[in-house]
Amino acid sequence: MYISGVKSGVKVSRLGLAVPANVLALGTVNLVTDVSSEMVTAVLPFYLVLSLGLSPLAFGLVDGLYVGVTAVLRLAGARLADRLQRRKLVAGLGYALSAACRLALPAAGGSAALIGAVVAADRAGKGLRTAPRDALISLSADPGRLGQAFGVHRAMDTTGALLGPLAAFAVLGASGAYDAVFVVSFAVALLGLLVFVLYVRDRREVAPPRASSRPARALLGDARFRRLCLTACALGLVTVSDAFVYLLLQRNAGLATEHLPLLPLGTAAAYVLLAVPLGRLADRLGRGAVFVLGHLALVAVYGALAASGPFWLVLPLLGLFYAATDGVLMAAAGPLLPAGSRTSGLALLQTGQALARMFSSVLYGAAWAAFGPVPGLIAMGAGVLACLSLWREVR
Amino acid sequence: MRRGVILLVAVLVLGGGAAGYTLWPDRPAPAAGGSAVDLARPGRLLVRDLATGLVRGSRTRCDRFAAARGTGVCLVARPGAVPTTHALVLDRAMRPTRRVTLAGIPSRARVSGSGRMISWTVFVTGDSYNGGAFSTRTGLLDTRTGNVTVSIEEIPLLKDGRRYHSADVNYWGVTFAPDDSRFYATVATRGKTYLVEGDYARWQARVLRENAECPSLSPDGGRLVYKKRTPSGAWRLHALDLATHRETPLAETADVDDQVAWLDAGTVMYGKGRDVWAVPADGSGGPRLLATEASSPTLT
Repeated sequence: MYISGVKSGVKVSRLGLAVPANVLALGTVNLVTDVSSEMVTAVLPFYLVLSLGLSPLAFGLVDGLYVGVTAVLRLAGARLADRLQRRKLVAGLGYALSAACRLALPAAGGSAALIGAVVAADRAGKGLRTAPRDALISLSADPGRLGQAFGVHRAMDTTGALLGPLAAFAVLGASGAYDAVFVVSFAVALLGLLVFVLYVRDRREVAPPRASSRPARALLGDARFRRLCLTACALGLVTVSDAFVYLLLQRNAGLATEHLPLLPLGTAAAYVLLAVPLGRLADRLGRGAVFVLGHLALVAVYGALAASGPFWLVLPLLGLFYAATDGVLMAAAGPLLPAGSRTSGLALLQTGQALARMFSSVLYGAAWAAFGPVPGLIAMGAGVLACLSLWREVR
Repeated sequence: MRRGVILLVAVLVLGGGAAGYTLWPDRPAPAAGGSAVDLARPGRLLVRDLATGLVRGSRTRCDRFAAARGTGVCLVARPGAVPTTHALVLDRAMRPTRRVTLAGIPSRARVSGSGRMISWTVFVTGDSYNGGAFSTRTGLLDTRTGNVTVSIEEIPLLKDGRRYHSADVNYWGVTFAPDDSRFYATVATRGKTYLVEGDYARWQARVLRENAECPSLSPDGGRLVYKKRTPSGAWRLHALDLATHRETPLAETADVDDQVAWLDAGTVMYGKGRDVWAVPADGSGGPRLLATEASSPTLT
């Protein structure tokens, strides 16, 4: 089924898109893993409140543990992966930890504290695997085709996230029991882990890893990567979080609250459809151009929200923003990073961006409380346009 | 090739195991036979069976249940991408007479002592902008007029003598006074919970004190039992004498996360773990087991 690619000896499949086998394998792993994790996410509120009888306040405490765990482990895991030059091992540990959490959840019984610990461990597994996985993708494709490689991966990943809730409610409907959802989710996660072990190949760089006691400082010593990080973080600060976008849409359109969970599906569908074409476009036109295009779509989202635009306009634009920026940023960053610290570099970029976005939620929330939703949108939109003046740094 | 075989075997084993676990009929089927429950017969203790979800002695399946004087309320969850709850009003023979569709997951259900007023709380995820928060909808139904208040969060609220405004108010856990108009409930706003006293007829509410959730009023209307958060983070049941404002911790020392119901004039009952327990409402004595593998205790 596979033929050898000419460039850099990377194996490519004959799917017409010339997507490296390793990228397809990682995409499959993530599709399956996301089905598994979104199955649990979809039924967790029902399980906690109906089956365990937790009150809303106790549920809020369990939920709050999600935050923060991911960031710390992402950096630590990335450092380990680079030091050992064993990205597959570290990512595999992350997948295995999350899989084990599926069975630990029903075993935790009715204790909110234990359930919180299991949820945090699941997040930790996700934090551990993200950067080594993205480093593997960036090392598995020809540098000129990285945009497409990340596009394929992200499209498959999001497809899994869309299928997860469907699978969960199908199992719940067939069995009427939450533990069946957890057991099926565990089986799906094991399958993902098995595909990972069997089909994903570790990539070790030829150059010996440079032992650096302060990898972050060494990485940011590179001017191009530093500017890329700064641009991404600055844009993160003016990116209004999805939750606000959906809340505004719901208010503007007068949608019933129960329909709120449907809005992210529209964004995800657009993301799935656009990730590959925009990744390929990024490879052809340059990643900077597509990255800018994505952020212009974000400005359009703000504009549409401020003008009470319809959801059928806002959701595809938001999907376009993610399709044009998420994988494309990784594709731009990968080649800038030195051998031996690629995982740490990507982790640093992802963590910085995530922290900036968290801070932006606080800022926008405060602006909304003080001045209403629209002035904050205008300020954030102006911020995006100002940051885009730095777009040349993203190549 | 070998990888393919391993994967195929794994798919068959895992798929077979998952399908078997999902479809294996080890879950008890609903008991056959007619309903022997008469909600109008006073003094009968009813509980919801954890394994089947049925109100014991009946064929009615509920996620939350409460009843008094010939009226029952049964909250049934409809899980899905758009979670909804059916609030069913039941007559004395447990037959549904009315259905209200609500957005959210069932959390609390109550019927006033006379059987006239019904209240429910559902729990809504996903409409909050910061991940760690939640939101609740508490509604009321007057069976005499048929009026439904889908959410009481618009009720004018007084705090420290002044009208209180905040977009983040969440109400839950209503209990009714014998006059079928006054009620007590929890309100949460800006990270704190308060006990409020409301009036359905006059449509206003005021904050009574901080840190008291899921109140339950004694049949004589003189005492409230609620759960109070201790510094360790656990909830402990407390009783409040409404005349003297004296607060007494009950003899149940475990972390209880339930809205208690009154078993008699001096005893409350509640779900703890997988069982229903009772404890004197004056701080004396100790908890005793009422029913195993059960929840939603209610006295007709």
